[in-house]
Amino acid sequence: MSQMTVIEAVRDAIRGEMRADPNIFIMGEDVAYRGGVFLATDGLVKEFGDARVMDTPLAESSLAGIALGAAVNGMRPIAEIQFADFVWPAINQVVGEAARVRYGTNGRKFAPLTVRVPYGGGVRGGLYHSQSIEVLFAHTPGLKVVAPSTPYDAKGLLISAIRDDDPVIFLEHKKTYRLVRGEVPDEPYTEPIGKADVKREGGDITVITYGLMVHYVLQAAEELARADGVNALVMDLRTLRPLDRESICAAARHTGKVLVVQEDTPAVSVSSEVLAIIAEEAFFDLDAPVMRFGPPELPAMPFSPVQEAAYMPSPEKILAAMRRLAAM
Amino acid sequence: MPFEIQMPHVGESVTEAVIGKWLKQPGDRIEKYEPIVEVVTDKVAMEVPAPATGELTKIIADEGETITMGSVIAEMAPDDAGAETSAAKPARPEAPQVTESSSSAIAATPAPTGLRVASPDRVGSMITGANVGPTGGAFQDTSLGAPSAATVSRVEQSAMASPAITRLSPVVQKLLDQHGIDPTNITGTGVGGRITRSDVQRYIDSAGAKQVQGSTVAGEVAGTVMKPSPVRRMIADHMSHSFREIPHAWSAVEVDVSGIMACRTANRENVQNTNGLNLTYLPFTLAVTATALRSNPLLNSSWRDDGILQYDSVNVGIAVAGKGGLVVPVVRDADNKSVLDLSRELSGLVERAREGRLSLEDVSGGTFTLNNTGALGSVLGGAIINHPQAAILTTEAIVKRPVVVTKDSVDSVEIRPVMNICLSFDHRVIDGAEASAFLQHVKRGIEQVSAATPLE
Repeated sequence: MSQMTVIEAVRDAIRGEMRADPNIFIMGEDVAYRGGVFLATDGLVKEFGDARVMDTPLAESSLAGIALGAAVNGMRPIAEIQFADFVWPAINQVVGEAARVRYGTNGRKFAPLTVRVPYGGGVRGGLYHSQSIEVLFAHTPGLKVVAPSTPYDAKGLLISAIRDDDPVIFLEHKKTYRLVRGEVPDEPYTEPIGKADVKREGGDITVITYGLMVHYVLQAAEELARADGVNALVMDLRTLRPLDRESICAAARHTGKVLVVQEDTPAVSVSSEVLAIIAEEAFFDLDAPVMRFGPPELPAMPFSPVQEAAYMPSPEKILAAMRRLAAM
Repeated sequence: MPFEIQMPHVGESVTEAVIGKWLKQPGDRIEKYEPIVEVVTDKVAMEVPAPATGELTKIIADEGETITMGSVIAEMAPDDAGAETSAAKPARPEAPQVTESSSSAIAATPAPTGLRVASPDRVGSMITGANVGPTGGAFQDTSLGAPSAATVSRVEQSAMASPAITRLSPVVQKLLDQHGIDPTNITGTGVGGRITRSDVQRYIDSAGAKQVQGSTVAGEVAGTVMKPSPVRRMIADHMSHSFREIPHAWSAVEVDVSGIMACRTANRENVQNTNGLNLTYLPFTLAVTATALRSNPLLNSSWRDDGILQYDSVNVGIAVAGKGGLVVPVVRDADNKSVLDLSRELSGLVERAREGRLSLEDVSGGTFTLNNTGALGSVLGGAIINHPQAAILTTEAIVKRPVVVTKDSVDSVEIRPVMNICLSFDHRVIDGAEASAFLQHVKRGIEQVSAATPLE
């Protein structure tokens, strides 16, 4: 058992799986000799060589397409998209092709492909290094979309993703990489894809979130308990497709008051779907209108530090939203 | 491995039951199918059998507690751990306990069972001043101090108060209905005085606490608060529900019962000797009522949101003072049965009711209720309808009265045995005209009986 950051947990998961399964290889921009721009794959080329840890040109379409071809032919590739902001050229290969392999071949072929996508903002990344792109993949049947928030979940879910026989989009929030540290077992273990969990217990309001926002919500929840005596149940979705309908509804019923917090813009987003599920299945246990909190509907994260701070959800802004809900 | 014992589903319309009395205690041996607890539903009292042989280890639902069907009421250790039955399944592992951090003043309410709870040391914590730049670069975020109470003011009630929200939320409406609570008795603490779920819960808890204390109530005239039995509470809920929801209207007529008395006198001894039955007036009035219901189907119906449900069968419930309280066993297809058949069936039902041995079958499916309040000497009554039925009829005490009798256009006064029959009806379904037509039908039916009327 060690204390690790999220980036260390990701690296630990990949290293352990590569040692166990020779069919696993990594490809991506600067993943080999640079060790990845975030150093997620630091040192792996030394251990496994550049046939299993491959640098690619700046061509996300080829990167995803080659990885998909290898997956369909028996390999277990891990493709790293350097920044989610540059995933667009790969969309055709992922959404248009990978998602449909099993369906389109009537189950004869499948694609055990893991696409690691660092995403998210609050890192002074501006318009091109801050985006939340989860909803584009979470909308697509045939894909699994995982978004861990803690080092423990990052390792357990990444191992599950690599071992999964179908394409998994593995979203790593860039800001959590070195911001969040926690306990991680040394040996390999899996966490189930498709299961949300409770990161903080409470009986007064329910806050559902994922990614970096889990930690902002937890911080706001502690303050809410300390200052107001109001206890929030904090649920971490962990998987965005398929959503854990059962746990979402149980958490909603537990307090009857639900807030969904996300870093992505709210319109037609993960929060839309979570609240639709609650309206469909838990309406008669609701004690207040459902609420959500996210950034303003703007095309991208601003670059100016002042504007970025104004745009990003923060523990303070989330606390205010939680208080509005608690007071209902 | 402990097994969970669930409250079995006993009937389609039964969703809740009250734990009456535990017949077994933790540590007791229990045999499969042996009764372990008495429960009371809104229709019947019954016993829950043990799902397996073994030892009762834990009682989860206490006596007097209201529980939904299918919820766990106890745990047991079966002798054969592999003998899992449909009613018993392995208990869920205990959820890991989350230790409260020092900044949280109040103990958190545990998450609902079945949810996966992250171990607290695996939730992770944020590192102040961590380097979070895009390429491991030079952005140290210092914006993430704990939000201070000074910078974030508490939401002011006054700022939230307009516009006032007077509608009840779905869960509040559900709780009020379940417990038969009038919302005007509750002080709302939500926005604009809105009643929240916790307001209702507090009200229920404090009402429960008062009952349990069983002491005198301060500030009122001195007296002792008695904790009602589960059956009493069930009857109370049922009556309140009916009277609150159904707009009751009443009507009564006077019936000359000399014909029924003559018929009973003529047959009583024979029936006793031949059939071993004590012939009472009830099978006569029941037979006539059932026939009248067939001819007046609105009286044999229920108001529902989607329309008026007219029942195909005439199943008449008979109100009986049972051992633990009022019960209403049902005579099915009463309009197809003779007086003698009814007498036979009633004799068994009433006996079982008085001994508290009615089955769920005995008490379900009623479409109308007949109550012989006259047995207690009452001469007039306004009964509460047995929800969701549309009407209830009481037969009152038979008294001798001077009655004007007309024979061959000549009026004279005779002393006749007379009985009032009183109808309470759901005015959403039935108007005075239909109610009167039904009552006249019953009256004619009773008055047409004579000593010569056959019982078969």
